[in-house]
Amino acid sequence: MKQVNQALAAEFGLSADEYQRVLDIMGRTPSFTELGVFSVMWSEHCSYKSSRVWLKTLPTKAPWVIHGPGENAGVVAIGDGLAAIFKMESHNHPSFIEPYQGAATGVGGILRDVFTMGARPVANLNALRFGDPKHPRTKRIVDGVVRGIGGYGNCVGVPTVGGEVNFHPSYNGNPLVNAMTVGIAATDKIFLSAAAGIGNPVVYVGSKTGRDGIHGATMASTEFGADSEEKRPTVQVGDPFVEKLLIEACLELMATDAIVAIQDMGAAGLTSSSVEMAGKGGVGIELDLDHVPQREPNMSAYEMMLSESQERMLMVLRPDREDIARAIFEKWDLDFAVIGHITDTGRIVVKHNGVVEADIPLDPLADQAPLYHRPTAETAKQPPIGPTADPIGLEAALLKLVGCPDLCSRAWITDQYDSTVGGQTVKRPGAADAAVVRLEGLKRALALTTDCTPRYVQADPEIGGMQAVAETWRNLTAVGARPLAITDNMNFGNPTKPEIMGQFASAIKGMAAACIALDYPVVSGNVSLYNETEGRGILPTPAIGGLGVLDDAADAVGLALKPGLTLVLIGETRGHLGQSLWLREILGREEGPPPPVDLAAERRNGDFVRHQILTANVAACHDLADGGLLVAVAEMAMAGQTGATLNPPPAGIAPHAWFFGEDQGRYLIATRAPGALLVAAVSEDIPAIEIGTTGGSDLTLPGGVTISLSSLQAEHARFFPEWMDQTHGDASH
Amino acid sequence: MKAIVTVMLKNGVLDPQGKAIGQALATLGFAGVGEVRVGKRIELDLAETDPAKAREAAEAMARALLANLVIESFSVEIV
Amino acid sequence: MQAAIVVFPGINRERDMAIALELATGHKPRMVWHKETTLDGIDLVVLPGGFSYGDYLRCGAMAAHSPIMAEVKRHAARGGYVMGVCNGFQIITEAGLLPGALLRNAGLRFLSMDCHLRVERADTAFTGHYQQGQTFRVPMAHGDGNYTASTEDLDRLEGEGLVAFRYAEPSGALTTAANRNGSARNIAGIFSPNLRVLGLMPHPEDLVDPLMGGTDGKPLFDGLAAALAA
Repeated sequence: MKQVNQALAAEFGLSADEYQRVLDIMGRTPSFTELGVFSVMWSEHCSYKSSRVWLKTLPTKAPWVIHGPGENAGVVAIGDGLAAIFKMESHNHPSFIEPYQGAATGVGGILRDVFTMGARPVANLNALRFGDPKHPRTKRIVDGVVRGIGGYGNCVGVPTVGGEVNFHPSYNGNPLVNAMTVGIAATDKIFLSAAAGIGNPVVYVGSKTGRDGIHGATMASTEFGADSEEKRPTVQVGDPFVEKLLIEACLELMATDAIVAIQDMGAAGLTSSSVEMAGKGGVGIELDLDHVPQREPNMSAYEMMLSESQERMLMVLRPDREDIARAIFEKWDLDFAVIGHITDTGRIVVKHNGVVEADIPLDPLADQAPLYHRPTAETAKQPPIGPTADPIGLEAALLKLVGCPDLCSRAWITDQYDSTVGGQTVKRPGAADAAVVRLEGLKRALALTTDCTPRYVQADPEIGGMQAVAETWRNLTAVGARPLAITDNMNFGNPTKPEIMGQFASAIKGMAAACIALDYPVVSGNVSLYNETEGRGILPTPAIGGLGVLDDAADAVGLALKPGLTLVLIGETRGHLGQSLWLREILGREEGPPPPVDLAAERRNGDFVRHQILTANVAACHDLADGGLLVAVAEMAMAGQTGATLNPPPAGIAPHAWFFGEDQGRYLIATRAPGALLVAAVSEDIPAIEIGTTGGSDLTLPGGVTISLSSLQAEHARFFPEWMDQTHGDASH
Repeated sequence: MKAIVTVMLKNGVLDPQGKAIGQALATLGFAGVGEVRVGKRIELDLAETDPAKAREAAEAMARALLANLVIESFSVEIV
Repeated sequence: MQAAIVVFPGINRERDMAIALELATGHKPRMVWHKETTLDGIDLVVLPGGFSYGDYLRCGAMAAHSPIMAEVKRHAARGGYVMGVCNGFQIITEAGLLPGALLRNAGLRFLSMDCHLRVERADTAFTGHYQQGQTFRVPMAHGDGNYTASTEDLDRLEGEGLVAFRYAEPSGALTTAANRNGSARNIAGIFSPNLRVLGLMPHPEDLVDPLMGGTDGKPLFDGLAAALAA
């Protein structure tokens, strides 16, 4: 075993200052295992050392919030004595190295965060960002990630009901794989991780421990260099079958009173779970690694403490309930081992083969963890783009936009995810702005979405952060749901660069403003930094997962048009083309400021639309986002196999700006009763305008140009199947 | 004693994985690859020390579980 | 009708199935753990969808050897009703209760989408509430649904009228496009010779509620409840 010194500490990812701090806490040179514990606990991934000062500024409270950030996942009350438990988490770096397993274990990890709190998982979502489709590597990564998400989620039997996908060259060497799980529990049966009860047994359940993923948490906290291919051995392999058994066994045990505390073994495995459980409970913990179920012979204490083998949980049990618990796990053919007990020492003591391999005081390990106020540099404001001319006309632009990788049909992806298992999926992927999942046996339903527009965040991080939160709120509203709370997944570049830290700080500021204005707090989240390859940063991507509730699932509306309806546009249209997809796809320019976000108008317009949906004035509804009004009309038409005839734009606005501008806070409603809707809008001072009617099998533009639905559909459906059918090297999995 | 059970799709049963791999190899520039078939290799650590009995046991396991004789064939090697 | 749903480790559509059965019969089916060994008083045994034993080795291979399966076979031999859906169909074929096998989907990808099934005969307990030749919409979700059997078996199934459902266009036309997983002769489900064992790949249990997009799957359960009313 190597000599413990500053050079080794640096290899483990600790700075010279941080190593000095370890020496001060320990009062001696730490053992190899102790150094490993410090390095993972103080990694960016576990300690949030660069982001914590900013995360603290996010609003996290509301009357319906039961547990905000700091637990395994966020918990909000949704009525009927139930709570929704949810979180989003990244698995970016592992997914670059091994796309299938990286994505699969990302899904597995976030599922455990949710069921460890006592919830049955009822829905999975994701937020994915990939490189340029023309980049030679992108196709393999997309294929592997999609198979991995499906392979894991389909097997555990949790429906994958929603998600988003963007492409941009900035993700060429660093895809983003953010997975979100939502679960349901009774509000009075929520399990936390704070250990208690001196002498209580510490129990390990699930899969055996192998050498996989050692130092995964520190891998997630460093930039990729050209050598990252060599980091392959640290990638964990997922076993969704065992995860399914673990879900059932844990829920069965949770129905008893045996559990004092429970925590999944995620990043940094046994180390972070035992340290966090004991630390939160203000107690000590002693582990005897001889009892850890092991998959490989001769594992060292260091390897067992840092292993990231998947599908494992750590629990503190009531001593008189050990037998009940053991019987349940044996029924499900899962390992069950008492590997230690709770102490009053305030220390973590790790023994192996009769030798004390680690003995660390827990308070300083947490309290004296590094915390950085890293320098920030503000992103320069983008100058306005000035007037633009439309070089190709509305029809050609629409066909190009609905076929571009960022807007084309996602069916190739969603067809690989089981979205119906559980039998409660009211709105499947593509059927509505948010997924809608009913609660088994009840009328109540959850609305769920993930959103972010990274190009807006890049151009103006504060507006971009605001917009990401607002868009999730709008998508939930557009199905008729009452938005309750969000989870955030902050994907950014290297935080030691002031411009990156500035993006982070500004995005948080914008998000916080939106959360406050919309009564829509952050209840859980995850930070992924160092998303760069060889010095090139990704677009800053604060992916937001939004959760809302519908009192009656039958109220939910979708996108699909039917004949004989009137289209009403809610919200103000100025024709903002800066950072729009039209500007990028038609003129090849990624320029200008993003559309401004008026949070007061956002709230007013959304509250109006929701009320109209709940009073049954709305047959279909779609928020206006990427591609603007005409893309929204096309998406609704395709979803309902029903055409539409559109009115000319109002005077004073160019047709391409009217139809493709990306002004925020807007919804397109299809209604049978336009008169009543417009009257209501006027009385509440909501901008609303009739823009057309539905029927037929063509989209008819002002001036009489018609585009058949079948040609729209053909363009929309083309990209993924054609791209993927070009044979590529990997046919495995 | 170790038994290695190789399970293959029977001749005549379409092997779409093999077909896809064959196509991928061709696009990667590997010429002259004919049919590609994909199978499974299952390694069994057996307590048995008599090779004939080990083979017999492994064949029984293959027939009972490791292979589906409707679509697959198997062979056993004792090492 | 008293129904039982067998729960193997890794099964995940047992609750969907229970909801559909309860909707049709008015009472909850019995959930039977795979290590149990009796099915006394049960009219219909359902092997639900999911990934029993993780689909490792072959889909359904290990579940087919679970302790309960000996009793399922006895139940079938006594003339009892058995329905295997998705993984349940794979388990039934692995157990030899129905001929053939389910291979990887022809396109090598998991397929989760609605498909249309054509009802090949309506004079059975399972299909009595459908019309012969009608099509109905139903979700499917599987990676290994590509039905295969020897030419003799396929000819015998067709000759004896034991094909239950085929993948079809909504019009009823049997096309390659409608047969997404590549099944032999578009076969989506088959009966035993006594018409009391049914195996099928798609999930009628997931389309029994208008809120979930339709009730096309409901006649199957209503028909069973009517035919097996004690």
